[in-house]
Amino acid sequence: MAVLPHITGVGLTAFGRHDGSTAPGLMARAAQAALDDAGIARGQIDGLLCGYATTLPHLMLSTLMAEWLALRPVYAHSVQLGGATGAALLMLAGDLVRAGRCRQVLVLAGENRLSGQARDSAIQTLAQVGDADMEVPNGASVPAYYALMASRYLQATGTTEADLAELAVLMRRHAQAHPGAQLRSPLTVADVLASKPIATPLKLADCCPISDGAAAFIVSADSGPGPRVVLRGAGQAHRHQHLSAMADVLACGAAEAAQRALAEAGVTLAQIGHLGIYDSFTITLAMLLEEIGIAPRGGSAAMARAGAFGPQGALPLNLHGGLLSYGHCGVAGGMAHAVEAVLQLGGRAGPRQARPATHALVHADGGVMSSHVSLVLTREG
Amino acid sequence: MDSTASPFAQGLAVGVLRYQRCGACGLALTGQRFACTACGSVQLDWCDAVGTGTVFSVSTVHRAPTEAWRAMAPYTLVLVDLDEGPRVMAHGSPGLVIGQRVRAEPVVLAGQALVRFESA
Repeated sequence: MAVLPHITGVGLTAFGRHDGSTAPGLMARAAQAALDDAGIARGQIDGLLCGYATTLPHLMLSTLMAEWLALRPVYAHSVQLGGATGAALLMLAGDLVRAGRCRQVLVLAGENRLSGQARDSAIQTLAQVGDADMEVPNGASVPAYYALMASRYLQATGTTEADLAELAVLMRRHAQAHPGAQLRSPLTVADVLASKPIATPLKLADCCPISDGAAAFIVSADSGPGPRVVLRGAGQAHRHQHLSAMADVLACGAAEAAQRALAEAGVTLAQIGHLGIYDSFTITLAMLLEEIGIAPRGGSAAMARAGAFGPQGALPLNLHGGLLSYGHCGVAGGMAHAVEAVLQLGGRAGPRQARPATHALVHADGGVMSSHVSLVLTREG
Repeated sequence: MDSTASPFAQGLAVGVLRYQRCGACGLALTGQRFACTACGSVQLDWCDAVGTGTVFSVSTVHRAPTEAWRAMAPYTLVLVDLDEGPRVMAHGSPGLVIGQRVRAEPVVLAGQALVRFESA
């Protein structure tokens, strides 16, 4: 019988400002939490997959982390895919386990993105996902790229700025139930609309914060002690790097990746009962929900208002608060959605526990909706 | 400008907006490519754009990424579909809207040779 990749352990630090923290220090905290959660010793880890840290642009982060964490993996390297990195790491860990290459893979990322550098420096690093000759010299930045995309998407679908604000409010409401979330103060649609302009139509509250934090998973050939959560399917799509080269705001590759993951899992979208969807900006969340087919075009906000995405709704979404309110520390920011999905499927989310679900869909994008990775997680047994 | 600089950047330095066209199938391409997205040919030529096009999207940037751009904020960025076909990111005059016909003008902003689209 084929070996299935189980997610047997998760680790997630609080996100926010961790003054004096370091990228390896934050990663170690999450890694130890994941090892403890899985109930395995560090000597059992035979695979190590790391993301990247903008505050520690090391040439061989996985080997550095293996030394720091006292691991001796037989397989290790880093992956760089922007915001889609975390989901891509899980996909690769799953494939390593399926192939028999590894039995216990530690998936790890984290950094002191907020406290470890000046805000301008973080924004300028991120802006480099744009074309160095044709886009960046215009004084563009990631929020400006997403704003240009939002401008067109709103016009094409009839989505309003108040609709986008609804998604920020939803993420804040969810974050208020999580003690590790960075932004927990109450937020209304009026607050979002009145927040300071960043790049029209996006305002400050449409944008995720910059955070310190880390996340980790154990992906295992063994089912482990807890509830069995299996990585059943995964899929990717890469259609462009730069916003200018994105042919159609209604078809950026998200649906293609999700369909591949669902097909591999043998699950239909209608069977999905829990969601972890990337939300770097409110427009990101709306576009992904709508292109994947979870919400009709222009209909994400209406579903949010109707309660569909709440803990007792039909499709609980980002119950940790998402990037918009739990926070965004780079690779680990995109991993937090999957951490929450694993806890929710396993019935381990405590006071945040949503109604039971069997299948969760996790989706992340990197760049400007440039790389897409979808995962289907299933509770078995 | 160094001969290894991008032909696009070399064009801007002399006030010309350039794009690539496939020498095999004739497709005009967005961005900077090594191969044609339609036929895969690597025979791509840089051409001078007429400079007219239609606004695809528009944003007014209030939060600038650098000190030099902070002095210019707020400024308008646009994606414009050139009449030849390619889509380009550039500056725009304030108040442009999606669907508006525009014309490119060379401009130096924050020390950069750039293009700004004005109402046609």
